[in-house]
Amino acid sequence: MSLNPNYTKYHPKWYRKRIPIFWWMQKWAYTKFILRELTSLAVAFYAVVLLLQIRALAQGPEAYANFLNWLKTPVSIVLHGVALLFVLFHSITWFNLSPKALVFRLGKKRIPDALIAGSNYAAWVVFSAAIVWMILTI
Amino acid sequence: MPTNITLEVSRYRPEEEAEPVFQSYEVPFRKDWVILDAINYIKDNIDGTLSYRWSCRMGVCGSCGMMVNGTPVLTCATFLEKYLPGPIRVEPLDNFPVVRDLVIEMTDFMEKLKRVQPWIVREEEKPLSEGEYLQTPVELEDYKQFSMCINCMLCYSACPVYGLEPTFIGPAAIAIAQRYNLDNRDQGNQQRLEILSEDDGIFECTLVGECSAVCPKDVDPAGAIQRFKVAATANWWKSLLMPWGNK
Repeated sequence: MSLNPNYTKYHPKWYRKRIPIFWWMQKWAYTKFILRELTSLAVAFYAVVLLLQIRALAQGPEAYANFLNWLKTPVSIVLHGVALLFVLFHSITWFNLSPKALVFRLGKKRIPDALIAGSNYAAWVVFSAAIVWMILTI
Repeated sequence: MPTNITLEVSRYRPEEEAEPVFQSYEVPFRKDWVILDAINYIKDNIDGTLSYRWSCRMGVCGSCGMMVNGTPVLTCATFLEKYLPGPIRVEPLDNFPVVRDLVIEMTDFMEKLKRVQPWIVREEEKPLSEGEYLQTPVELEDYKQFSMCINCMLCYSACPVYGLEPTFIGPAAIAIAQRYNLDNRDQGNQQRLEILSEDDGIFECTLVGECSAVCPKDVDPAGAIQRFKVAATANWWKSLLMPWGNK
């Protein structure tokens, strides 16, 4: 190897494969990754719906009733159904990845991955239960 | 059991063709043969002009990485039997320039590897008379997994981020940086974190996770990168909330 680290820069005959636009269709792992990235759109959709709901609430009873009527339309129900699927996919895939980022030790032992992912699921259940309780009792 | 199996091998002879073409070779099928055995058979008995890299043929040197049916593998650790009845497509590693046939150009990786300072950094060396830096088995366990990397570059080949953004420092270099960060004899943590927090560092990674899936040594570069992200974020908050702390 030459001592000059730049020697490779001017090599004229390398072949470089071009990456096709649809590279993420070639492997299920890549497709799953792109789907997981797209789930952020569903999260954003829920956030926008919530903001619109708050706006309708501020505008008065009539606007709020109109908003509730829109929620009952088939378009809205389908959108919510799709968004729910995506958000579930989003939560589950990210929860399952959480042990990759979080490594904790208890004394000499590493806390097992299942426990770290499991605590996310547990928190999910607790928060969901709290919200259900609030809706039903308040 | 078949007696033969076909290998479709990517050929790129820069003096002859502008882009790679596939050439088929029929080789004997043997249950105990790996892909590399079949390629060696081609080189020795059918076509001596085929170029490729290999050395140890036991999963240690990291030279014989190739794309087999579209997935990066060590050809010395992948049996022909897995791909019956064939044909088997053998191509050079993705995301690297091809020099010839199955040989890729790896200077980019070598430069990136050096950038993360993959050696033990000490603020001050202990004098020799004080003896060696001792380490307990538990302390060894902390980084051992990341020290198993053999620089085979399969993870770069599997990483679409590296393919699309070649400036990305990449999975193996980050895993190796983590190997030294987690070593209790090392004090270069802060330096490496600064290098890896740059634009082409850890935050380029979108956690596709394929680097860890293809790693023949179970190094889990994806895990190393995510742990780095947590450390970098904690570091940033610390410097924001406690600017009087060390730098």
